[in-house]
Amino acid sequence: MIEVNRDGEVWVFAEQREGKLSEVPLELMSKGRELADTLSVKLAAVLGGAAVQKLAPELVAHGADKVYVVDDSLLGEYQTPSYAKMLCELIGKHQPQIVLYGATAIGRDLAPRVASVLKAGLTADCTDLQIGNYTEPKSKEVHKDLLLQIRPAFGGNIIATIVNFDRWPQMATVREGVMPLPERNGKLKGEIITESVMLSERDLPLKVLDRHRTEKKINLKASRIIVSGGAGVGSKENFKLIWKLANCLGGAVGASRAAVDLGYVDHDHQVGQTGTTVRPALYIAVGISGAVQHYAGMSEAAKILAINSDPEAPIFQFAHYGIVGDLNDVVPKLIKAIRVKN
Amino acid sequence: MGYECVVLAKQVPDTKLVTGEAMNADGTVNRAALPAIFNPEDLNALELALSIRERYGGRVTVATMGLPKACDVLREALYRGADRAILLTDRRAAASDTLATSYILNCVVRKLAGVGPKGDLSGKDNLLILCGRQAIDGDTAQVGPQIAEKLGMTQITYVEELQELKNRGITVRRSTGDGWETVQAKLPVLLTVMETANEPRPAGARRMMKYKKARAAVELGKEPDPVRLQELEDKGLLIEQWDLDEVEADPGWCGKDGSPTKVHRIQSVVLTTSEHKQIEPSGEGLRGLVRELIEDHTIG
Repeated sequence: MIEVNRDGEVWVFAEQREGKLSEVPLELMSKGRELADTLSVKLAAVLGGAAVQKLAPELVAHGADKVYVVDDSLLGEYQTPSYAKMLCELIGKHQPQIVLYGATAIGRDLAPRVASVLKAGLTADCTDLQIGNYTEPKSKEVHKDLLLQIRPAFGGNIIATIVNFDRWPQMATVREGVMPLPERNGKLKGEIITESVMLSERDLPLKVLDRHRTEKKINLKASRIIVSGGAGVGSKENFKLIWKLANCLGGAVGASRAAVDLGYVDHDHQVGQTGTTVRPALYIAVGISGAVQHYAGMSEAAKILAINSDPEAPIFQFAHYGIVGDLNDVVPKLIKAIRVKN
Repeated sequence: MGYECVVLAKQVPDTKLVTGEAMNADGTVNRAALPAIFNPEDLNALELALSIRERYGGRVTVATMGLPKACDVLREALYRGADRAILLTDRRAAASDTLATSYILNCVVRKLAGVGPKGDLSGKDNLLILCGRQAIDGDTAQVGPQIAEKLGMTQITYVEELQELKNRGITVRRSTGDGWETVQAKLPVLLTVMETANEPRPAGARRMMKYKKARAAVELGKEPDPVRLQELEDKGLLIEQWDLDEVEADPGWCGKDGSPTKVHRIQSVVLTTSEHKQIEPSGEGLRGLVRELIEDHTIG
């Protein structure tokens, strides 16, 4: 762990794969910027990889004041020990007060390893981050300007706020899709700092025999309009109505976990706690009861339209528009109404 | 000589059934008020360990840390085929966060492997540690990697399939979030296993008849009858019970003191009852809705 360092920077781990920046570090730039400004410190990105120098200006254009670049062929493919070593060394050297990671497969593999080496705290899968004070219940001692790490727990039934006031850095992984992507601004200025870390083959214990990337068939996060179906849709056959409605709106198809489990549509479409978090302009929920697990993934939608035959369905509690009725009747009518307008 | 598989399991509250009453005033969770189950992905880890024993020989040990009632998951593991069950229970371990938990479980593995707190495990080339990717109460997926770090061991997270164990090396297919990869590593390794890895076998009826009588000492009251304990041990029905001293854990790294993260606040998720606009499911009602959505530039 490092000592409490009030002048420490706010860091974002700039995850990249095959020389391409992932979306989540860019998403973290908007929140990181806000936290750094509140604390009056600099926002820095940590970028490791092989031949990744060229990505540094992208991070600056998204809000980083500084980018620490470690360009090393041994970082060409992600492996836990090599990346953990890089971060631990840089954290030891520069003593940041906050380090953020995307809660991706890589972030969730790497961050706990780093936390364990440093014996520092780590909160998983945050959906919000703020700066605030914490009073110790027993001693009444007040710790000012801590990172409030806000996350759902217990399957989304509760929201917990976690703090770490003494064993720094304060570290968190952040769910993908919950922070808005900042606009690229090529005029922003930032400092690019080259760092090096002593790595060896010993830091690469895995031999990768084969690697296969499955392009996600859909990009729910980027969709302005999402039409989602739940268990109430009733059958795979009926689910075609969801596709139809999405098509005529130029939107994407989403689903609740129940619909995915029933085999109506595949997992790439799942919205919610264990699926994708979305923030579209319009979210149409058809035959979705509205469990908290689903709500966790779509509560940030600007407008929510719920269609459900059960007037008591919880989804109506957080919808902006509600239609009580049979989807086989309502959806075709709605499609017709949209077509007429267009 | 086969493989030593250590499965780390957790008893978790069934999060599908959480209500406000399950929360303590201080914001921690009153686990006693909830039905407790075997963490689902830990069952996948157990299944993988049992299949390794079947294919290559060896032994499956299941360990859990928790209250005495966590023995339920140990019995369940015995029903399904585990050879040995260990309960780590100690008041000083209460309120451990992921870092403190991983420290304690690391001590448990070290004792099982016969190396002390500072010993080197790198020569244990028949040892596999298996746990679920994450537990459904916290969904953190942090404890596995943190244990691996404390053991100085290679971690392979998100394992979906064991392909081969050969020459003290392992080949698995793991998920990378945007696809999968096949990787090879030398033992010892720690694997975190996904629910997609396998279909956990059900409890065996005969094993269930036998092991439903298995007990840890702590389940037999404050001062358990030594004769009864001996009886259980002779029949192979005594669940081994360890405390922090037994695994040489430093209490300063356990429980509240050993946990850098503190819970500041807990809020129940109350879905706000906002007034929503009721739309009539008629052609006219829907046309009105579409008009409104076009006017405020939501669609169109």
